[in-house]
Amino acid sequence: MAFQINKNFYGDIPDDGSGATLPQTATETKNEWPLWEIFIRSKQGLDHKHVGSLHAADAAMAIENARDVYTRRMEGVSIWAVESKYVHASNPDDAESFYEPSEDKIYRHPTFYQLPDEVNHM
Amino acid sequence: MPVQDLEKIFQEKIDQEIKIEPRDWMPEAYRKTNIRQISQHAHSEVVGMLPEGNWISRAPSLKRKAILLAKVQDEGGHGLYLYSAAETLGMSRDEMISDLLSGKAKYSSIFNYPALTWADMGAVGWLVDGAAILNQVMLCRTSYGPYARAMVRICKEESFHQRQGFEALLVLSRGTDAQKAMCQESINRWWWPSLMMFGPKDSESTNSDQSMKWKIKRKTNDELRQQFVDMIAEQIKVLGMRLPDDQLKWNEERKHYDFGEINWDEFWNVVKGNGPCNKQRLDARKKAHDDGAWVRAAALAYAAKKINTKNEKAA
Amino acid sequence: MNDPLNKYILHLADNALILAQRNGEWCGHGPILEQDIAITNISLDLLGQARNFYQYAASLQGNDATEDSLAYLRIENEYRNGLLVEQPNIDWAQTILRQYFFSTYQYLLYEKLQAADDAQLAAIAAKALKEVSYHLRWSREWVIRLGDGTAESHRRMIQAVDALWRYTGELFIPADYENQVGVDVSLIKDAWTEQVNVVMAEAGISLPEKTYMQTGGKQGIHTEHLGYILAELQYVQRAYPNSSW
Repeated sequence: MAFQINKNFYGDIPDDGSGATLPQTATETKNEWPLWEIFIRSKQGLDHKHVGSLHAADAAMAIENARDVYTRRMEGVSIWAVESKYVHASNPDDAESFYEPSEDKIYRHPTFYQLPDEVNHM
Repeated sequence: MPVQDLEKIFQEKIDQEIKIEPRDWMPEAYRKTNIRQISQHAHSEVVGMLPEGNWISRAPSLKRKAILLAKVQDEGGHGLYLYSAAETLGMSRDEMISDLLSGKAKYSSIFNYPALTWADMGAVGWLVDGAAILNQVMLCRTSYGPYARAMVRICKEESFHQRQGFEALLVLSRGTDAQKAMCQESINRWWWPSLMMFGPKDSESTNSDQSMKWKIKRKTNDELRQQFVDMIAEQIKVLGMRLPDDQLKWNEERKHYDFGEINWDEFWNVVKGNGPCNKQRLDARKKAHDDGAWVRAAALAYAAKKINTKNEKAA
Repeated sequence: MNDPLNKYILHLADNALILAQRNGEWCGHGPILEQDIAITNISLDLLGQARNFYQYAASLQGNDATEDSLAYLRIENEYRNGLLVEQPNIDWAQTILRQYFFSTYQYLLYEKLQAADDAQLAAIAAKALKEVSYHLRWSREWVIRLGDGTAESHRRMIQAVDALWRYTGELFIPADYENQVGVDVSLIKDAWTEQVNVVMAEAGISLPEKTYMQTGGKQGIHTEHLGYILAELQYVQRAYPNSSW
């Protein structure tokens, strides 16, 4: 893709498809702590939800930093931290082939089926 | 696909209020504008910790100390959320910080004014945060997804900042004569700089047009400034203080307050680096960054050792 | 004002307040944003503990005593914090080590204090113990990270030990008021020493064998640092007496 911008976050997959991160940009310094994506479960029974990212030297620190940064107001009961380079993302250019084929499959939705009132709570 | 078509699709998305996400195609200028604005915003939060931070040790009661600590800490958190948002555009935090420290990147000029009295903690909260919030509420709807999400989180947390500032001033305004005088003096100093926070007049702002079209900004500088004046002109009545502007007057026809001319020479002078605290603020950030270098290096070195030990054990 | 319980509560409060004040100096100046936020959280926790203790002391004293009159209107020799907490930040290594030494002590102390006869003290300790347990984890990890990090971080940890070790002995020597109320601190010394030894060994830092231990803080005889801390802490209250804030 000639017009794809150069990004090295959210685990961009390079052209060879090996799943490793893109080479770091020249200006990026080697001494920066890695970036981590943080997911928080806000209360028992709910999914972990992506809340943002932060820098940490290792996984233990990432979780502690997430506790200090993202749960200062009782926002969570559980934390996941994933180093950003390990998150693989779908490509927006694939959006049409990925998601549009499901648009005409309306029979997958309950509202597709008209039933008599007697069984209306099915 | 030719660039023109990509640009057309991009603009259509914007017009339909579809958010732009990190991996989507975007014009290079859109990316640059966002990086510039988000990183400036992040720098402003982090440099903004300094004027208030210098009163943490002197806060006049334990309750005020706790509030101030929590508030300044929030600003650090907000800087972090914003750096993260900018990082999704492919610029590392290290790069952004080095641009700040070299003077290449700007931050809000308001933080180049000194915080001289305890009342300034109130005035900064009420006026400076008040002005910032208007901008930030607008940015919750900005077109770049990660920026908008960071702003939603920030606005949620910011809601106590302006209130605590106003409340701190309210106590002073009902206190001893010395406290009242401290309160008025502080408002006098912060009023005009806080009006300048909205940036140059629309007629002179170079970045506004394209930013409006891309819905990075959704209100002009002058619109936001007017909104701020209308809000503060009412709130100050509760304090029983006055704003230092003889021309401030309700205009029944416009249904807005008229106000005096801002001293734009002062504004540009501070932007250029000649404000009372420009040097001091940058020096403080440089010192923190430089003094922290060995700490960051040590943590990385330790993490690398741990990984090696693990691998050796596994092998 | 002079009964042992009152002195004891103020001793606990002063320790927490002075360390909160020191850690608060980092706010806006930390080595990286994430850690700036972390140390400020610890400062806020300690400040909260101090307030709980001061409020309790004020309620026992009656008259016009408040948390603020106790924090802002007592002079140096009325403060009963240990010498350790008033030592300056200097660098991240000294800040971390001070926190680690103190949190280890505070954890053992509060663990016992939550079973105290005095229900209010027990309640404050029980609540604070959860916070302290995090401070301990955080500072312990940093001690190891710095001790076993780079040559420079290792050197700075050695300097930190040299600067701070001499102020640790006092923590376990009961002051007159501690002989009458609260936890017998002499009983937590062994546990403290054992834990600290393990962590310092993992950090690769050896502790001095013979060090003269400085004392006096708990009796109101401080290092010169406390005067400056109080000068800042109390300035507004003293410049504008009898005002509400």
